[in-house]
Amino acid sequence: MDTLLSYSLLIINALLVTNVVFARFLGICPYLGVSRRIETAVGMGMAVIFVMTMATSVTWPLQRYVLDRLDLAYLQTIVFILIIASLVQFVELVLRKFSPALYRALGIYLPLITTNCAVLGLAILCIRESLSYLQAIAFSFASAVGFTLALVVFAGIRERIEYEDIPACMRGTPIGLITAGVLALAFMGFSGLGR
Amino acid sequence: MNPARLQPELTKGLWRENPLLRLVLGMCPALAVTTSARNGLGMGLCTLAVLLASNTIISLIRDFIPPKVRIPSFIIVIASFVTMVDMVTNAFAHDLYKALGIFIPLIVVNCIILGRAEAFASRNGALASFLDGLGMGVGYALALILIGGAREILGNGTLFGYGPLFGGNFEPVIAMILPPGAFLTLGFILAGMNRIDAMRAARKK
Repeated sequence: MDTLLSYSLLIINALLVTNVVFARFLGICPYLGVSRRIETAVGMGMAVIFVMTMATSVTWPLQRYVLDRLDLAYLQTIVFILIIASLVQFVELVLRKFSPALYRALGIYLPLITTNCAVLGLAILCIRESLSYLQAIAFSFASAVGFTLALVVFAGIRERIEYEDIPACMRGTPIGLITAGVLALAFMGFSGLGR
Repeated sequence: MNPARLQPELTKGLWRENPLLRLVLGMCPALAVTTSARNGLGMGLCTLAVLLASNTIISLIRDFIPPKVRIPSFIIVIASFVTMVDMVTNAFAHDLYKALGIFIPLIVVNCIILGRAEAFASRNGALASFLDGLGMGVGYALALILIGGAREILGNGTLFGYGPLFGGNFEPVIAMILPPGAFLTLGFILAGMNRIDAMRAARKK
């Protein structure tokens, strides 16, 4: 019962309280680039959930059983990013074969998941916060779902903004950032929830 | 090497093609660590160091990299320099290291560095690449200081730790140093730049 509670708290924290986009500032570039339509946002979110969970499930044991054992902790950045790059290549191949429509919709943003700071950032965070293997996987999965949540909410708002009369200098990225700021303000309301 | 021909490589990163404010790259650290002007400067310098090193080295080895493994090779070079900068900052600027947190290793996925390697360093000579890196890096650092400064002044009443600027009764807007402030500041700065460009274009007509 205690473990269930602690995992629930871990998940709620990762999902809402310290939301990947609004509190940790990870994954901003794809966040602003992809979220113009809800369908694309959902597709991107799914891809990120998959890559993020897989990345942590591979990098965590690698850190614990290879890098730490052989005193090679300084290779963390290089090794982690290479693993993530390979995983994204793999996801690209799978998508191209099984869902060409989604592959085309995601376009350039799929290979850009490699440079998505959220994937690498969370892999490193799991190590720095000394989470256990199961906790790390739960944490990455929940954070990725939080990223998808942020993406979908943002896409919904953006679809509506298209019909509004926005000053010329604000169109595109600036209004997107200000919307994100207001959303971040809203998500601050979750602080204290995970206690 | 004609100096007149190289000069645009250096200056384009400062305004016309400023990586953060024009190309809108490298936003994650720009929003996360700019809680003060000093942190913005520190992050800018770390990114500049990696950019200079990686641009130069990649430019020097560009003829030896097979095209198919281009991106992974770039990533290895960049990741190596990021690891070095990480260790150096940890050793010689420990306060900055703690303030920047995981965003130092995240320099490796900063789109600016991979972007410049792909778009410029892999096609041009070492000196031009170095200057390109210098211009882009300094431009990025200046943009970070701008954002950090704005957030620090409004959110803390200080600038580079020097303050209080508005007298003792100033109630800072704490939200500015928190996440919402980051998004709002960058949003308004980008809108401001668009406005300046529009006014310049109108004046030219």
